[in-house]
Amino acid sequence: MRLLETGNHLVALAANAAAVEVVPAYPITPQTQIIEKIADLIAEGKMDAEYIPVESEHSACAALVSASLTGVRAFSATSSHGLAYMHEMLHYAAGIRVPAVMANVNRALGPGWNIWCDHQDSISQRDTGWLQVYVASHQETVDTVIQAFRITEDHSVLLPLMLNLDAFVLSHTYMDADIPSREEVARFLPPYKPLWKLDPRKPVTHGSVVYPVDFSETRQSMQLGQESARAIIEKAADEFRDMFGRYHGAMVEGYMLDDAEFLIVAMGSLAAESRVAVDALRKEGKAAGLLRVRFFRPFPIDEIRKCCAGREGLLVIDRDYSYGMEGALFTEVKAALYGHGSEPVRNLIVGIGGRDVTYELIAENVRKAWDGALDEITWGDAHVTDAHEVTRELLCEFEELLDQ
Amino acid sequence: MSRKEETVGYITSLSRPIKGCSGDTGEWRVFRPVKDDEKCNKCLLCWVFCPEACITKDELEIDFQYCKGCGICAVECPTKAIEMVKEEKR
Repeated sequence: MRLLETGNHLVALAANAAAVEVVPAYPITPQTQIIEKIADLIAEGKMDAEYIPVESEHSACAALVSASLTGVRAFSATSSHGLAYMHEMLHYAAGIRVPAVMANVNRALGPGWNIWCDHQDSISQRDTGWLQVYVASHQETVDTVIQAFRITEDHSVLLPLMLNLDAFVLSHTYMDADIPSREEVARFLPPYKPLWKLDPRKPVTHGSVVYPVDFSETRQSMQLGQESARAIIEKAADEFRDMFGRYHGAMVEGYMLDDAEFLIVAMGSLAAESRVAVDALRKEGKAAGLLRVRFFRPFPIDEIRKCCAGREGLLVIDRDYSYGMEGALFTEVKAALYGHGSEPVRNLIVGIGGRDVTYELIAENVRKAWDGALDEITWGDAHVTDAHEVTRELLCEFEELLDQ
Repeated sequence: MSRKEETVGYITSLSRPIKGCSGDTGEWRVFRPVKDDEKCNKCLLCWVFCPEACITKDELEIDFQYCKGCGICAVECPTKAIEMVKEEKR
């Protein structure tokens, strides 16, 4: 069914198409519309699922884990501070090895209070053991929700998956998209078959004490789950293409890669913007290309080595800070390339807290990087505004006050 | 992948609910519940409330290998038949 809908509503409709059975969630801007829509669908009798309103995101994730442990398909959604509040349970969900899909609408973390888009929230959860995918269009959002359950429920993976979509750029804008029916999705996504579940016929304790002599294998098993996910991600994307005729890439998506002399590496909607920048550069006769990192965990090490070798240079765009270092994606790309290439790699940190990023800005930085005129790291377009001057004025007033 | 493939497979922290899987928790005890059979009316509330399932249902005997001395049985007992007595130094 083709619909004109917001990214958020499309997430809800895709979760319904994927026959989700339990949805524990707590509302937060800009995710609210996802769970509002799910609540509506359940109230209207169009979705056969249990909605659990909880008192916090920590509880939402705890209920998500518990629901999944009973052997049903569980889904949730959050954003920013909500995701941060879940942090402990994110580790728990991955550590207990349950499948689950959670949409995270990428939003900045305060203070200062900011509801707009950047990737700081999900990047800060990098090492929780969750799979992380970043989508770049409305249709990809729908299709990835459906693929996500195939990936997370695969017995060689069994790790939860965080689907990241950019706040407002994707979450609140309307685009037309195709929502497959439940019957169509069921052919791609069979009912969830757990390896084990909470069942009174076979009482077990989970999350119990594990002594040092046994513990590291539980972590190694999570690492193995992440490594196994690579092949499953490829398979899910390929089979989805065969069945529905749509493909958005697997671990990565390339654009004008074959003859590209210079590559942009980016995630989420900034990668979609970079596609426009590539077109603009091509019109000038500059053979630029784009490598969109779709999965950030597991990280596409092999794909990056393969796609980036032999280029004249790379510009990695980050929508996050790893404070005291650089952009997180920049670090990861360089780590993947270490010992595998000698291309100069540059970092552009932009779009923080929802600041607009145009294709012209991306193209301009690519030109500079290509000419060797770009610093190793470009910290966006930082400039002091009237609002920042208030801090400066207040500091002067405090200096007098505190000296008294 | 060029990384070494490990073979641990799927592992999670699952355990069977068996007696004493956390060791001899009776060693933690500071106060020992002492039951006065004269006062006990066998209402079974102590058996219901014991968080460690250390009290038998038939004879209401306390298993001191696992009783942590938490005192919940003494608090719940409606006839005050259980007294918490400080353990002697072991």
